[in-house]
Amino acid sequence: MAEKHVDEISGVETTGHEWDGIRELNNPMPRWWVYTFYATIVWAIGYMVVYPAVPLLTDATKGVFGYSSRAELSVELADAKAAQAGNLEKIAASSLDQIIADPQLHQFAVAAGASAFKVNCAQCHGSGAAGSAGFPNLNDDDWLWGGKPEEIYQTVAHGIRYTGDDDTRVSEMPSFTEILKPEEIKQTAAYVVSLTGTPSDAAMVEPGKALFEANCASCHGADAKGNREFGAPDLADALWLNGSSEQAIIAQMKAPKHGVMPAWLPRLGDTTVKQLAVFVHSLGGGE
Amino acid sequence: MSILDKHALLERNATLLLVGSLLVVSIGGIVEIAPLFYLENTIEKVEGMRPYSPLELAGRDIYIREGCYVCHSQMIRPFRDEVERYGHYSLAAESMYDHPFQWGSKRTGPDLARVGDRYSNEWHVQHLIEPRSVVPESVMPSYAFLKATPLDVRNVAGQLKANRAVGVPYSDEMVENAAADIKAQADPNADTSGIEARYPKAKLGDFDGDPQKLTEMDALVAYLQMLGTLVDFSTYDDTTGYR
Repeated sequence: MAEKHVDEISGVETTGHEWDGIRELNNPMPRWWVYTFYATIVWAIGYMVVYPAVPLLTDATKGVFGYSSRAELSVELADAKAAQAGNLEKIAASSLDQIIADPQLHQFAVAAGASAFKVNCAQCHGSGAAGSAGFPNLNDDDWLWGGKPEEIYQTVAHGIRYTGDDDTRVSEMPSFTEILKPEEIKQTAAYVVSLTGTPSDAAMVEPGKALFEANCASCHGADAKGNREFGAPDLADALWLNGSSEQAIIAQMKAPKHGVMPAWLPRLGDTTVKQLAVFVHSLGGGE
Repeated sequence: MSILDKHALLERNATLLLVGSLLVVSIGGIVEIAPLFYLENTIEKVEGMRPYSPLELAGRDIYIREGCYVCHSQMIRPFRDEVERYGHYSLAAESMYDHPFQWGSKRTGPDLARVGDRYSNEWHVQHLIEPRSVVPESVMPSYAFLKATPLDVRNVAGQLKANRAVGVPYSDEMVENAAADIKAQADPNADTSGIEARYPKAKLGDFDGDPQKLTEMDALVAYLQMLGTLVDFSTYDDTTGYR
């Protein structure tokens, strides 16, 4: 080590090196900084003792606190459940009608259903449950498969055209490309449009009506009011799932779109599905 | 000045400095590398995990190519808010066949570790083509071109072999049938008994709405629809995996 050298002006020791007559002051680290540094080292040793830290051959040290983030989570979830004051148990034990009849339970179920809806359903049905093209609006009373609480429950629990569930709701509108001539499809579409709007050619409505009765009425009804047995939409109202234009109706007849909804019972469990059913029922269109 | 004096000894003696550096680097190396040889004991014993089917693997490659991991994580952490939103927290076992894993580090979009079976195929296709048509507040870019891009299936057997080389248990039978399986999984008219036997719980049928063509959309949706669906949690005891 070079000899000690103290800077004349500041009175501080230098590092002992000299470059072209320039020396570097060797100010000590501030005391508080040094002690904080030592404290962190002591803290780290304590942390390794208290918490899981050192990997061993088949396991890792558990730490004297026995902490586990996964175990803590299960406690947290259990606490959250307990904080709901038995409401979940009551919902599990009650029928949908009983839940709706009990104001306090109904309020709880709607609130819980609303949060489950935001997580699981909003992606398709929209955050306000208003749906979009191809995904039904749940605020109105135009139900495809029924708007009674237990019908909604059935839909949510088992889904629609969902291959993984034997109790899922199934129906399939055939393509009419092979069944009807292009002209006949146009006529039928004109008739369907005439139920709620103005068809492009009024002359096509009359033959379209006959074609409708022969081909469509078995599912959609002679009055075109739909049939919830088959999830056949009401064609005589102004609410449309896949578009109301004559073009959209022709497209649907030629290559029908079949919406799919997953079964939620296996994923969410009976209680949450009940809450969802009650929530959807409460949106305004419930029957 | 005693310690500093010793330091001067090191600085003046190149061999000693080399030995000292080697010692320090070795300790750091052992601490970082040695635990990797005992990774097995961090993987929970679960039922249901299997290697990706060829189509899912192709979808996974597209997921990586398009940088989905930049905005989407695949790692549900053991916190109440995440478990209640996304489902059971992710297990190490669920990414044991991932090379590389797709845990991600940032969530601009939601976590996708259990997105499988959550939405319909139609939803995924529409969402990938125009995200805002189903989620108005979304900032995700459109991936409409996936539906127009035929899936490149020429190297599918090679993909499986490459994964096998890094430890994924693809059998010879899986490699031999890879080229057929990748097409059959997305073909509603194909005989899929072989795929179902080789890859249990694989989602079958047309994914992108066009049964005639095998597109990148088919592969990506097939991959998304299986994410997080393999492990059978009814037979998994949470307490065995506490850590």
